[in-house]
Amino acid sequence: MILIKKGRLIDPGTCRDEVVDVLIRGGTIARIGKDIALTGADRVIDAEGLIVAPGLIDVHTHLREPGYEWKETIRTGTMAAAQGGFTSVVCMANTDPVNDNKSVTEYIMKKAHSEGVVRVFPAGAITKGLKGAELSEMGEMHQAGAVAISDDGRSVKNSRLFLKALEYARLFRLAVICHCEDEDLSGGVVHEGSASLFSGLDAVPSIAEEIMVRRDIAIARYVDSPVHITHISTRGTVEIMREEKSRYQKATCDTCPHYFTLSDEATLGYDTNTKVNPPLRSPEDVAAIKEGLRDGTIDIIATDHAPHDHVSKDVEFDMASSGISGLETALGLSLALVHGGVLDLTGLLAKMTVNPARLLDVPYGVLAPGKAADLIIFSDTAEWTVNKNAFASKGRNTPFHGVTLKGRNLVTIVGGKIVYNGL
Amino acid sequence: MERVLLDDKAIERSISRIAHEILEKNQGSKNLSLIGIRTRGIFLAKRIRDKIEEIEGRVLPFGILDITMYRDDIARMKATLEVKKTDIPFDVNDMTIVLVDDVLYTGRTTRAAIDAIMDLGRPKKIQLAVLIDRGSRELPIQPDYTGIRYSAVTEEEEVSVRLREMDGQDAVLLSKTL
Amino acid sequence: MNWVRKDLLGTRELSREEILLLLDTADSFRDVSRRDIKKVPTLRGKTVITLFYEPSTRTRVSFEIAAKRLSADTINISTGSSSVAKGETLKDTGRNLESMRPDVIVIRHSMPGAPHMLAHILDSAIINAGDGSHEHPTQALLDLFTMREKKETLDGLKVAIVGDIVHSRVARSNIFALKKFDTEVTCCAPPTMLPPRLEELGVKVAHRLEEAVAGKDVIMMLRIQKERGGTASIPSIREYSSLYCLQEAHLKEARKNVIIMHPGPLNRGTEISDEVADGPYSVILNQVENGVAVRMAVLYLLTGGEG
Repeated sequence: MILIKKGRLIDPGTCRDEVVDVLIRGGTIARIGKDIALTGADRVIDAEGLIVAPGLIDVHTHLREPGYEWKETIRTGTMAAAQGGFTSVVCMANTDPVNDNKSVTEYIMKKAHSEGVVRVFPAGAITKGLKGAELSEMGEMHQAGAVAISDDGRSVKNSRLFLKALEYARLFRLAVICHCEDEDLSGGVVHEGSASLFSGLDAVPSIAEEIMVRRDIAIARYVDSPVHITHISTRGTVEIMREEKSRYQKATCDTCPHYFTLSDEATLGYDTNTKVNPPLRSPEDVAAIKEGLRDGTIDIIATDHAPHDHVSKDVEFDMASSGISGLETALGLSLALVHGGVLDLTGLLAKMTVNPARLLDVPYGVLAPGKAADLIIFSDTAEWTVNKNAFASKGRNTPFHGVTLKGRNLVTIVGGKIVYNGL
Repeated sequence: MERVLLDDKAIERSISRIAHEILEKNQGSKNLSLIGIRTRGIFLAKRIRDKIEEIEGRVLPFGILDITMYRDDIARMKATLEVKKTDIPFDVNDMTIVLVDDVLYTGRTTRAAIDAIMDLGRPKKIQLAVLIDRGSRELPIQPDYTGIRYSAVTEEEEVSVRLREMDGQDAVLLSKTL
Repeated sequence: MNWVRKDLLGTRELSREEILLLLDTADSFRDVSRRDIKKVPTLRGKTVITLFYEPSTRTRVSFEIAAKRLSADTINISTGSSSVAKGETLKDTGRNLESMRPDVIVIRHSMPGAPHMLAHILDSAIINAGDGSHEHPTQALLDLFTMREKKETLDGLKVAIVGDIVHSRVARSNIFALKKFDTEVTCCAPPTMLPPRLEELGVKVAHRLEEAVAGKDVIMMLRIQKERGGTASIPSIREYSSLYCLQEAHLKEARKNVIIMHPGPLNRGTEISDEVADGPYSVILNQVENGVAVRMAVLYLLTGGEG
């Protein structure tokens, strides 16, 4: 039994924001109330001055296993998730072999069960081998534990196939998570804007993302299927989402902390840690993303945690792998939105707990008696400096090394078990 | 504390004497030319040229030499030295060249100047004229024409040359370094 | 003023004074190339390595001649025949070279930012001889040197740069450098060859050659950068040259003593006609000569001093 005393419980799912105690018994929440007695508790955590919230749910992570274990394993990736305050992660299918059939899904589930420290929900590939030609065996993957499908890394270029995928996925209530990128327009390494004018790097225009967002939602609307656009980065996309959501409620989207924290100016020194896909955008886009978070257009904050080994990043910008190792900085960066007045704590946490849970249709992200004891205790004021060498993730590729953040996860509990304790 | 080694009149007399000595030693002004070493050597060379014109009625060929590229201590300098123009508008081959500088000290500047001129051709003779020879040579180099010889300069002293074209006055001064 | 930079990576970060120092220094070094003994002992004992990941004859030879005229030792590495072909990374190549203590590494690379990578980790002075579409500073400096030589001053000049601007490091470096002076720069190309928002660099944009050359003191023609995807931006070379090839007739609209420049190599008939390339207004060969002097000045300033 674990007793968490006097923490400020913020649970967007039950509209709760008050200082209370939480009693955990076994793997579930036993009681939430004031002044719960200490008797019988094996462990008491003093959460005074701290915030107790449902464990964060990341709808977009790369765990790299099977196939790229030198970049990350399910073990190290979930440990990074735990440090960052995530109790559930969706892992993307661009492994090797690609997760496009139940064997790979089962492998991931088994590994996660034996070596992972947080809940892992695989996203199966939409198309076999991520090749964009044939549908993958979504039904069997769903039986094996997949909660979503995504060809992340690419779009499904063939519109007919994408339409079929949306219809078919509906059968299993799999979330369809879409990476939107028109590959004929992209093929650059930075955003096409003022910064690329100075750096001379090949650049990607915003419309490469926006065209696909329009297309994906138009098709989803046509077949009346849910669709989720991941890692949105441009002002144009925010405007499209705003417009589409007013007439079609089944379209949702997420963005990542780097898109509301850094602009393309960060790429001017050719630091490969700023190379990410979609690329960091202009300051106007950053402002629009923040506005989209504020007015609810953007439903979810995900990490797109993309760990890479040192060698993949320690090369010329053009040749470097894209991606930021983000699980351990996500909460700190997101809390800046609260400090900056863009969101309040409840609003922010909703985007990282109950909203992701709804998208994935999993029974987490909410704290109430009887529910799984997946929760975190964090400080929204503690200042700390990001040290990539202290990451649990193998991926040290972050542009935030040395940056001081305000707000930090301290304790992570999954199914009643403490998997991270930074107190 | 400054001591005047040569005042303006003394400098004028030295220039006049040097001009005469040059003509005497070279038995006239045939195949004779002057090259001033940057920076103050240029003004001295001009004055010598004007004096020789007064005496002989001839204007000698005249050149300006910047020796920065030939210095032996470039790598030791704290900051990169500015390279200025070298302008020697005559053919140095078979010519008697009188190099003119304000101060002769270690001899290294003269060595660099000789190397620079040698890269331009093969002069018949190179002679050296200086306003003050302050001794303490580090290379076997001797002037042919000297304004004043003063080799008692100690470690705490410094010789400075001021010329009116550049410094507003004519004087060779000895001062204590602080 | 004193030169303090360890490397020359671009013209964008140079001040007007630094550019003038480079040009003035180059002036002195040019005389060395015009006399019988084309050598001065200034960089004697220094080692200059040229590391070219992209082919080039003229730039590499220009650097080599510049280094040798300063009495430096030169080593040329072109990557087809080297460890790079065996998969060695740029940083490893750089570190290996550094163990042999070169004073200067001149690098040309197809990717922007490559010289900056080396400059961060190596003590040697790094000279960017062209990094992808980003910058080619010594080219811009020799271009400015040529302009100043022919026009006596850079302030007040009206310059047209015509060609594949979006892929051109020569265009970028020239724009950055020229805008440190009081110049009017016009970039001319079909819209497909101009980066969006180019005006943010302080330049004017024109799409017609006739318009672009009107009233100009300097016309700089650029090559289509085939190796950087330039030909995808136009339907055919034939159509491009019918619209953008500089002919004698165009020069009537320019200023009386207009100078025609080109970084080379020329594609005669594509961007410049024979008559113009070989005509009385062309300073293309001056550019080449000045290239050696400018590179001597760059080598001198970067290796001088203890720093």
